[in-house]
Amino acid sequence: MTKTITRADLTEAVYQEVGLSRNESAQLVESVLEEISACLTTGESVKVSSFGSFSVRHKRARMGRNPKTGEEVPINPRRVLVFRPSHVLKEQINKSLSKPATIG
Amino acid sequence: MIKSELIARLAEANPHLYQRDIERIVSTIFDKVAGALCKSDRVELRGFGSFSVKRRPARIGRNPRTGEAVSVAEKHLPFFKTGKELRKRLNTRQDDT
Repeated sequence: MTKTITRADLTEAVYQEVGLSRNESAQLVESVLEEISACLTTGESVKVSSFGSFSVRHKRARMGRNPKTGEEVPINPRRVLVFRPSHVLKEQINKSLSKPATIG
Repeated sequence: MIKSELIARLAEANPHLYQRDIERIVSTIFDKVAGALCKSDRVELRGFGSFSVKRRPARIGRNPRTGEAVSVAEKHLPFFKTGKELRKRLNTRQDDT
């Protein structure tokens, strides 16, 4: 079964690995996420080698449609975040998840 | 911003820590996320976003140049969905933190 990893698990990993207090580990996990978020909020992208990159894309205004009612609704211009996984990460995931017998 | 710049910013905000420790903190976090995805686990970071793995079944593809049929093996792709709070922050004026 699949599990869900949360901040608590990241905190625990940092705690085990670095030897700071749990409290401080939690704070640092938060700081890392905050630095990344703050950077993205300015529109700058964040690249983490062998993991992937986060970048901000601008979407133009367009007309959308409420699929339930068929009603047209304007969609305002907005900024969205896209994550592009690195090749290393993709390969890592495929290596560990692909079954030994694949269709050739 | 690249990883080394992220580390530098964190080092500046945490002068009581060794740069070496900050490097380890950052690597530990990304390794933990990557490790979870390798087991097909989800990673949910409220307010930031969530990572998950999507499976793409094996299919018969086609070489667009030659039209030749090629079998494409099953694939797993990491996927990120932006969290509500971050999505909101991206779309508000930049002066607020």
